[in-house]
Amino acid sequence: MAQEQKQPRRSSETEEAVETAPETDVAERKGTIDADVDDILDEIDDVLETNAEDFVKSFIQKGGQ
Amino acid sequence: MSVRRVMGTEVEYGISVAGQPHANPMVASSQVVNAYASATVRARRARWDFEEESPLRDARGFDMSRQVADVSQLTDEDLGLANVILSNGARLYVDHAHPEYSTPEVTTPLDIVRWDKAGEQVMLDAQVRAGQLPGGAPILMYKNNTDGKGASYGAHENYLMRRSTPFADIVKHLTPFFVSRQVVCGAGRVGIGQDGRQHGFQVSQRADFFEVEVGLETTLKRPIINTRDEPHADPEKYRRLHVIIGDANLAEVSTYLKVGTTSLVLAMIEDRFLDRDLAVEGPVAALREVSHDPTLRQLLRLRDGRTLTAVQLQMEYLELARKYVEDRLGDDADAQTVDVLARWESVLDRLERDPMLCAGELDWVAKLKLLEQYRSRDGLDWDDAKLALIDLQYSDIRPEKGLYHRLVGAGRIERLLDQPGVDDAMHDPPEDTRAYFRGRCLEKYADHVAAASWDSVIFDLPGRESLQRVPTIDPLRGTRAHVGELLDRCETAQQLFAALTR
Repeated sequence: MAQEQKQPRRSSETEEAVETAPETDVAERKGTIDADVDDILDEIDDVLETNAEDFVKSFIQKGGQ
Repeated sequence: MSVRRVMGTEVEYGISVAGQPHANPMVASSQVVNAYASATVRARRARWDFEEESPLRDARGFDMSRQVADVSQLTDEDLGLANVILSNGARLYVDHAHPEYSTPEVTTPLDIVRWDKAGEQVMLDAQVRAGQLPGGAPILMYKNNTDGKGASYGAHENYLMRRSTPFADIVKHLTPFFVSRQVVCGAGRVGIGQDGRQHGFQVSQRADFFEVEVGLETTLKRPIINTRDEPHADPEKYRRLHVIIGDANLAEVSTYLKVGTTSLVLAMIEDRFLDRDLAVEGPVAALREVSHDPTLRQLLRLRDGRTLTAVQLQMEYLELARKYVEDRLGDDADAQTVDVLARWESVLDRLERDPMLCAGELDWVAKLKLLEQYRSRDGLDWDDAKLALIDLQYSDIRPEKGLYHRLVGAGRIERLLDQPGVDDAMHDPPEDTRAYFRGRCLEKYADHVAAASWDSVIFDLPGRESLQRVPTIDPLRGTRAHVGELLDRCETAQQLFAALTR
């Protein structure tokens, strides 16, 4: 009986631990990404072909293997 | 027993002429190949020797009739299109409407990366040279596999295998592996469906172009397992497994794991180590479903009744591979085999938790991360042309324009090789296969090599009326250890030929 009561408590503890860990991970990661995002996008903005729609439309290939 | 095996890749590049969407791609491709050949291949230009090619030979044991074959399958007919062999042992040529680079034969995954990357540099060099021709418009090239409008072109892998392995075993064990390995080596694509009419992102460039499970075709009704059987080696001993399902990768880790893990799985098949049947129900549909779900949560139904994600299915192969290497090699496993296993495990573990954790290694994740950053900053929907442009421009081979190259330059994608090593591989052959003999002959005796192919070098020698063919049927002979000293010593092709035939 004692064991039966213990077990669910243990598993809910584990669940809590599992739930909090990724949240911290994601929050930390998001912070780093946000800081990095702007400079890499600025750099890529400078090299992207102008007029995306025309450029993409005119990329026509013949099938290969 | 390890990741080591005779293997190579062949990549067809997307090509366009700036401002001329309807320019003839065969002409543009020929210009590129010829520009490179004229500038770098010395004196006489050695031709490709087609004698040993048999593209209609089927691994299941019959030949397709030439009359029923689609014209695009007749790859052994010399259409007069540009076709040269380079001093690094590679082949640079025009295949249908695309410039194509085939690496020389190598024996390790890292050497695949090296000579595949050298191919990108060769194409870049060729593109620059073609653009300098008088009156020519700039030619642009892309290492990708689709135009997003219904056309696809390939990035093939070739693995030398034991002939004694039943083909049915290869089909059985490799099909589930190919359905799932895209989570590691997909190149990512904006647009769903062959012509991309559905908006969204998918893991693989090629998945939507595969329509059958097994077959000989490569240009239509593409099969997950291709049965082309031209070993370019002793057919009694070997078959060449021609893999057409992969994406063209730019990220070095993607290429490394693509080839390294496949080579390991093939070793397990050859050694009959795979006792588990991991067959997937409806593999063609499953291939697409996996590709269409970049969250990697899509479940596959196995024939044994289990449901697994593609990552979990890859983990099954990983676990078997770990056991196999431990069982056969133990502590004697070579460094690359150990490294492939470790990286494979690390990548799968992170893909399982959050795919974005692999943005610094894998093409599809790097591309998706960039796209998501643009979507969030600019509020773009998946139908926005800018996202399709980012997808396309990721694979632009120019370092100043290609987004893969910009990400590498910004330290956001890991490299496995240093650039000087790649630059050298544009000219130098691998030292541990017959590509060494081929490459050195082309470099040293260019004036007297009339033609060459995977399995021969043909000399045109002064004083002899007929051409002299030196067969190179064994991929592991003609290495530096075998012929390095001989090639160093022989000043002329005549001396070499005399020494070889004495």
